[in-house]
Amino acid sequence: MSQFYLTALQLSICLGPMALGIFITMKVFNIPDITTDGSYTLGAVVSAILLTQHWPPLIVLPVCMLAGALAGICTGLIHTKLQINALLAGILVMTGLYSVNLIILGRSNVPLINISTIFYLLPLFHADLYNQLLVSLLIILVLFILLRYLLLTDFGIGMRATGNNPIMTKSMGINNDSIKIIGLAIANGLTALSGYLVSQYQGFADINMGIGIVITGLGSVLIADALRIWLNITQIGMQILLVLIGSFLFQMVLAFTLAMGVDPNFLKLATALFVLIIVALPRMSGQLSGRIANSHKI
Amino acid sequence: MITLQNISKYFNRGRANEVIALHDISLQVSKGEFLVIVGANGSGKTTLLNIIEGTEIPNSGIVKMNGHDVTHLPEFKRSKWVARVFQNPNNGTAPDLTILDNFRLASLRAHKKYLTIGNNEKFKKKVQERISDLGMGLENKTGQLMGNLSGGQRQALTLLMCAMDDVDILLLDEPTAALDPKSAAIVLKLADKLNKIHGITTVMITHNLKDAQQYGNRLIQLQEGKIIRDLNPEQKSTLVLQEVFEWFE
Repeated sequence: MSQFYLTALQLSICLGPMALGIFITMKVFNIPDITTDGSYTLGAVVSAILLTQHWPPLIVLPVCMLAGALAGICTGLIHTKLQINALLAGILVMTGLYSVNLIILGRSNVPLINISTIFYLLPLFHADLYNQLLVSLLIILVLFILLRYLLLTDFGIGMRATGNNPIMTKSMGINNDSIKIIGLAIANGLTALSGYLVSQYQGFADINMGIGIVITGLGSVLIADALRIWLNITQIGMQILLVLIGSFLFQMVLAFTLAMGVDPNFLKLATALFVLIIVALPRMSGQLSGRIANSHKI
Repeated sequence: MITLQNISKYFNRGRANEVIALHDISLQVSKGEFLVIVGANGSGKTTLLNIIEGTEIPNSGIVKMNGHDVTHLPEFKRSKWVARVFQNPNNGTAPDLTILDNFRLASLRAHKKYLTIGNNEKFKKKVQERISDLGMGLENKTGQLMGNLSGGQRQALTLLMCAMDDVDILLLDEPTAALDPKSAAIVLKLADKLNKIHGITTVMITHNLKDAQQYGNRLIQLQEGKIIRDLNPEQKSTLVLQEVFEWFE
């Protein structure tokens, strides 16, 4: 049973970079970006093809992130230069990426059997699961440190301010368009990293593995946001940590749902309902307390 | 120094609902001048300010700053010369960032934002010193989120942020319209101080004729996109408030 939850933990860490990506677009830049479904698969597809050609995993990693960043730049250019709604820009790129992914992969599924993946780089333990955990924890730790640093720098303040008050940043010498494109590139680079990790963890890349994945990242960020408001947290480092905790909690709930014997066919429905509950709960409790406050007034 | 040469701005040109916002305006604001612009609604005041700031491009004419032609330069590239305080106190600051983060960004108005952490203890000391001059008791709250402050406090800080980097021109677009009288006085006195001490060229739009009479050393009145009155420092110093009211009758 503990193995069951450790697997959920492992998966949540692999999906952590994507959650951080969604945090950047949704919370830092206030852009609803759903290129995610495409760039996640893109990361998986690029990693599968290069790994089967026996490229070293550590070289494949930056290549995957770069591919994801390119997808993000496409969305960014469509959104800022053509002034198309971010949601639509994301849908367009995501749709186009499906074909791109299929062309890169050559068929709908490529297994990664007997291939040296990133998870075999530090074989310190006997059990594979622990080795996998160690590697992914190291990666997420590096990401945490880098992202926290980025958001604290002068450039990072500019990123955060752009999402918060674009009228102000323009008058502060910030090119809102460029900074948004950079943000979308970083976010989708991180998403592709998740695709890279998950494909190696599950041992295959599949053309449909990205469908609906954005909701997982969204759910993690929403959980993090609820916790942030509840705990009154303002520090950047803590906010990033909360997103990773959100990713973990999200996977735990899914694992628990499956453990209860819910038909796996209903998993996406369960996921959607779970996210709906996270979004709706604070509003419903707000309405409720508002009503109570009003009744007190009378 | 700002030079406007034969600036015209039309909206919906060639259509039935054409509006002439500015009609062939030429204006020179010298360095260190504090120009106050009054005029009825729709007289073109805000359009004039937008054209200086870069949010709107004139249909004809030239805009120069310190001798550089900036007519077609986007807003974010003009920010090394120009700072603006908006009518809405919420527009000038980022609510979900701390006071300190807001000031850090303002201090880099004319500079590149690098991948280094500049928001350090030394910078905090500098900001606290500046803020304590306001006398609003905000100097020990620099870690607070901007959004938690009142409109008056935010507007005063926005103005103070304008002076964090070497700007030449300060644009004030009805900066006190949304403020209570006490906060309004603090903001205007601060603007006056920045103009006098730092020699920042200041252009202010206002509907408050008392402020127009009291502040600044030059006063112009706009009407239907044209300058119909232009009072130099000497004329302005002898101006009686009653007289300004009569302009609008």
